[in-house]
Amino acid sequence: MPNQYKLVSCTINGKKVEKMVDVRASLTDMLRNDFRLTSVKKGCEVGECGACNVLINGETFNSCIYLAVWADGKEIVTLEGLAGPNGELSDIQQAFIDEAAVQCGFCTPGFVMSAAELLAAGREFSDDEIRKMLSGHLCRCTGYENIFRAVKKTMLRRLGKNAEADAV
Amino acid sequence: MYDIKALYEAESVPHAVQLLVEHPEAQIIAGGSDVLVQIREGKRAGKELVSIYGLDELRGVSCEEDGALRIGSLTSFSHIARAPLIQEHIKVLGEAVDMVGGPQIRNIGTIGGNTCNGVTSADSASTLFAWDAIVEITGPEGVRRMPIQAFYIKAGQVNLRPGELQTAIIIPKAAYEGYKGHYIKYAMRNAMDIATIGCSVNVKLSADKQTMEDVRIAYGVAGPIPMRAVHAEERAKGRPVAGEEVRAAARAVLEDIHPRDSWRAAKDFREHIAVVLAERGLREAIRLSGGEIHA
Repeated sequence: MPNQYKLVSCTINGKKVEKMVDVRASLTDMLRNDFRLTSVKKGCEVGECGACNVLINGETFNSCIYLAVWADGKEIVTLEGLAGPNGELSDIQQAFIDEAAVQCGFCTPGFVMSAAELLAAGREFSDDEIRKMLSGHLCRCTGYENIFRAVKKTMLRRLGKNAEADAV
Repeated sequence: MYDIKALYEAESVPHAVQLLVEHPEAQIIAGGSDVLVQIREGKRAGKELVSIYGLDELRGVSCEEDGALRIGSLTSFSHIARAPLIQEHIKVLGEAVDMVGGPQIRNIGTIGGNTCNGVTSADSASTLFAWDAIVEITGPEGVRRMPIQAFYIKAGQVNLRPGELQTAIIIPKAAYEGYKGHYIKYAMRNAMDIATIGCSVNVKLSADKQTMEDVRIAYGVAGPIPMRAVHAEERAKGRPVAGEEVRAAARAVLEDIHPRDSWRAAKDFREHIAVVLAERGLREAIRLSGGEIHA
């Protein structure tokens, strides 16, 4: 059987794009190989580690277990989409740096995208809720506490609770 | 790249049935969190797939005319957990599916895929067994419905004939009205883990909250497929709301379950946990129903 291709039209990081993709490709394959969005990491490739996490229509998905053809008509945001037009870091990215929530960096984009979904909700979550929302990611360097702090501080700052954020 | 022989994307339920009839070797892919992983493992490598992921008509929770709750088979776990109808009538189902995998898995995983996969550990399955869920199947001959217990045939095998797909899971009004339930997943980790054993209990108390009018207890990982603990249910039904009755019913689950030794846990351990979970689950379901257990 000849290779099958399908035309996929979607929005990636705010830009409308079209691409012929191999039906066997994962969304990770498409984002990395066709669009050079290398923040989308290839980790376990079976949906366990969370390194390939992206937002699809505002919800987090492990792109390694998401067929690229399913992206048709969807709005996708990767870590690259969080930065400003000249590469300025977003508050959550800066918080990861400030809190030393990054060591090797491999899990970082995935974590930041889960944080992005959490922050987009625009409300305050309890510590347990934050931990649960970040639980789909494996980090073998930092021990998670710094990551948790980065997310919690950013959440509080966005809600105008700077004093509470500083006390975290 | 996944090792997929060919991918056919369904555009409607009748189209999905047509594709399945035209390609009898093809397997259905819904969210893919099991199917794609098994392709990667080699277990399902090189197969033809019929993708039903695009069928939005199979998404959402609604109330049928007779009051039954209808959950479209492609509704994701996270959407079930958030659905107002679920929170109002079968809160425990929302809580159970909120324990599947991790957040990203709950966004892609579907209740139809979870049940069609036919595994005993599915977090949704024991609760669906406990609520007398009905499975709706659509195929070349039309629509048929069956109790979820008839849907599971054996480990990894469900009652789907060639050309058929699961289109909804239905909880009849009589099955949920007046009942409150609780699900406990016993696992080694809080996230990204498979249940060592899962127990879903619900209860309907008498108007004066003194008698357990009906009790339903279901398990995952207590046998090759999800199951109901019928002896334990019989032991509890019609009995007063009392600690000794709850304990006796919980002990009776040992007549029903037959867990096995596996690398996750020993049979003895699973039996022990099963009794403990039944008691805790029943106590919590009674509490949620407004009952009070003395001693």
